[in-house]
Amino acid sequence: MAEEKKLKTLATGDKTIPPEGAKMIPIYIMGREYVVPETLTIMKAVEYAGYSYVRGCGCRGGICGACGTFYRFIGDYRLRSGLACQTVAEPNMIIMQLPFFPANRPGYDLEKMQSAPHEELRRLYPEVFKCVGCGTCTRTCPMDIDVMDYIALMKRGDLKGAAIKSFDCVMCGLCASRCPAQISQFTAAMFVRRVYGKYILPKAAHVKKRVDEVRSGKYEKMLDELMSMKQEDVKKLYVEREREPDLAEAGKWMPKDTKNL
Amino acid sequence: MSGYTTVLSELIKKAEATRPARMEKARKGEHFPALTMEQRQQWLKKYHPDYKSDGRRKLLIGPNKGMELPEEVASLIESRSRLNTKAVDLKKADYETDLLVIGAGGAGTAAALVAQELGLKVLVSTKLRHGDSNTVMAEGGIQGATQEGDSPYFHYLDVIGGGHFSNAPALAAALTNDAPLIINWLEDLGMMFDKAPSGRMKVRHGGGTCRKRMHSSGDMTGAEIMRVLRDEARNRDNDIKMLEFSPAVELILDSAGKAAGAVLYNLETKEYYVVRAKAVVVATGGFGRLHIQGFPTTNHYGATADGIVMAYRAGAKLQDLDSTQYHPTGAIFPEQNVGLLITEKVRGLGAQLLNVDGEQFCFPLEPRDVESACVIRECLDIGKGVVTPTGRFGVWLDSPMIDLLHGEGTVRKELPAKYIQFKRYDIDISRVPMLIYPTLHYQNGGIQIDEWSRTGIDGLFSAGEVAGGVHGRNRLMGNSLLDVLVFGRRAGLKAAEYAKSAKTGSPLSLKHVEDFNKEIEAAGIRSTGVSPILLPDYAPDHVKARQIV
Repeated sequence: MAEEKKLKTLATGDKTIPPEGAKMIPIYIMGREYVVPETLTIMKAVEYAGYSYVRGCGCRGGICGACGTFYRFIGDYRLRSGLACQTVAEPNMIIMQLPFFPANRPGYDLEKMQSAPHEELRRLYPEVFKCVGCGTCTRTCPMDIDVMDYIALMKRGDLKGAAIKSFDCVMCGLCASRCPAQISQFTAAMFVRRVYGKYILPKAAHVKKRVDEVRSGKYEKMLDELMSMKQEDVKKLYVEREREPDLAEAGKWMPKDTKNL
Repeated sequence: MSGYTTVLSELIKKAEATRPARMEKARKGEHFPALTMEQRQQWLKKYHPDYKSDGRRKLLIGPNKGMELPEEVASLIESRSRLNTKAVDLKKADYETDLLVIGAGGAGTAAALVAQELGLKVLVSTKLRHGDSNTVMAEGGIQGATQEGDSPYFHYLDVIGGGHFSNAPALAAALTNDAPLIINWLEDLGMMFDKAPSGRMKVRHGGGTCRKRMHSSGDMTGAEIMRVLRDEARNRDNDIKMLEFSPAVELILDSAGKAAGAVLYNLETKEYYVVRAKAVVVATGGFGRLHIQGFPTTNHYGATADGIVMAYRAGAKLQDLDSTQYHPTGAIFPEQNVGLLITEKVRGLGAQLLNVDGEQFCFPLEPRDVESACVIRECLDIGKGVVTPTGRFGVWLDSPMIDLLHGEGTVRKELPAKYIQFKRYDIDISRVPMLIYPTLHYQNGGIQIDEWSRTGIDGLFSAGEVAGGVHGRNRLMGNSLLDVLVFGRRAGLKAAEYAKSAKTGSPLSLKHVEDFNKEIEAAGIRSTGVSPILLPDYAPDHVKARQIV
């Protein structure tokens, strides 16, 4: 019978199982009071209250940026922010999600840059250089990115630094919504990361070489051979594959059998 | 660590006690023995949810009548259309375009970009925002045989062996041969790959690989791919028009039975739109949000199998749709993280799975279905699972090994998103292990396609998770990001060729939908709902009971 019980606990879908004896807490969704079990994320608490999401819900795993949320606690002047799917609802939270925020995003052609990357940044996003250094963006970021710092790096022309510093960005737009200098930090950062990835980060020569080999049709015959083989023979090849050691240095290790490389 | 309860903190000590000995072996490259091919099959049959016969039934109508599917999928397919076809005026198209792409994740966006390059005007319909997809959630990496000691030949062997030799060989060959081209394409688009200072790609093993060919971008590879592709599509918005919050609800055929557009539905204004197109790509993603057998899922909110439903009504064939991938490592603690995917990269970096006694019980990098079966066996059969305060079962994933193996700070550097997601709840995964259990992760099967993403219906192409055959009955890590881009691009290419020569102007039709509704009735199916469902329903019972409809 123990096994049956175990199996049952698996069948939970997406509904939360509040721990036994979970306390009920008041939260205020756009100002209206609802009572929900403690420990839920804001997103699950909002659903528990009876809302069905259309906007403001995406991956439910903290990576898509659909559910940027502002909240305050009753009696506390501070405005706080987080992702609804990642932030636990607490008593007396007054919640407003920001499912969309208009951002400035000038189009550009990555293949045909008109000037040096940092000049392009200045041309596309002149407002970046008007940052007043208030730090609200950094305090607002639900991914704990030091937004103001990467903006400062952009101003200094350190695009590598800005690309790396902004890498965790989920593009929720909360930073832009609070910026007194009206900067769309997250779209400027997107531009900078692509420029860095394309023009500053060194190219992988081995990829280029392999692309030429693929385009020359080198592997088609090998693959045709595998496709036309009997299943037992493919199985044998599969089982006999040589496994590259985990700690082998990339580009240095070679298998004993080099015929099909 | 305060994030764990006292009971769990005590249990962690058992894992810590066995760690020095495990570390010593790991440093020497010694592994817990992998299962033999025979054992793999035995364990799968006994423990993998796919092999359980309850909760399944045969399709009663349509091109795959008789195919056995999970109940959740079968009843969705055999529901009535949500569209009142009589109320749709097909004489006037609200949008006319060369190519209609349905779905704006990795596959749809890749198709749109390629078709645009070939001179097409593209309209993209998406249910949520551009990029809202499982692509954005893929973490660990993308495979491609780019290193000297590797080749598409070995990648192919891994793909087909991992799929238990059930893959469509031509699709596996296309996948592996195109892989280096895809890596190169992404690099050209400015993706920030993890690289050595020389520019050489950093690569790792994934479950079931014989070569290290997992390319990554931190632990948010899919998010990085998606934001780069989306950014590029936005740069081309003169030719690629994006309609967000406007999912397709039915395909439109012409009088010759060729794909000719779709009916879209604006989720906010509740209006429908008729789109006339010369070709259509279905790239709507998978079915995780159907919660097959009640499992939690790692999938995006929109993963409700819309494309399967629409294409099946239009006459497209399905394959392997009874095969579901359970990712071996979904978080089960804390409750807020339940269902959250813990990337295979964690195991690729050396973290081992441990039972309640801190003992290893399986090779950490078996193919995913086998690994899942191992965890389920350890918890349900052997009875050495760890129980959480909310009554869930799981095993430890010993992430602290990573810093010990690769140096202090590796977890934070290589797994930044995971690190943050646990740190929020006071769990430092570079110091203490995570609790995991298999979670519904991927739809292995789907719409049948050939190696050029053609569905068998003229003018209808399909790519990505919604399509089947590439991975057979089990997919390896790093091959879905690859799949969406390889077949997305191929769909865009072939759809462009097709659209350029397609004859247009014949009347639009939804007769296939009406016919399907009649078939449902004739087969005596008492369907209660309509489909596609578009979004999952998470309203709790206490609310539902009081809703006034």
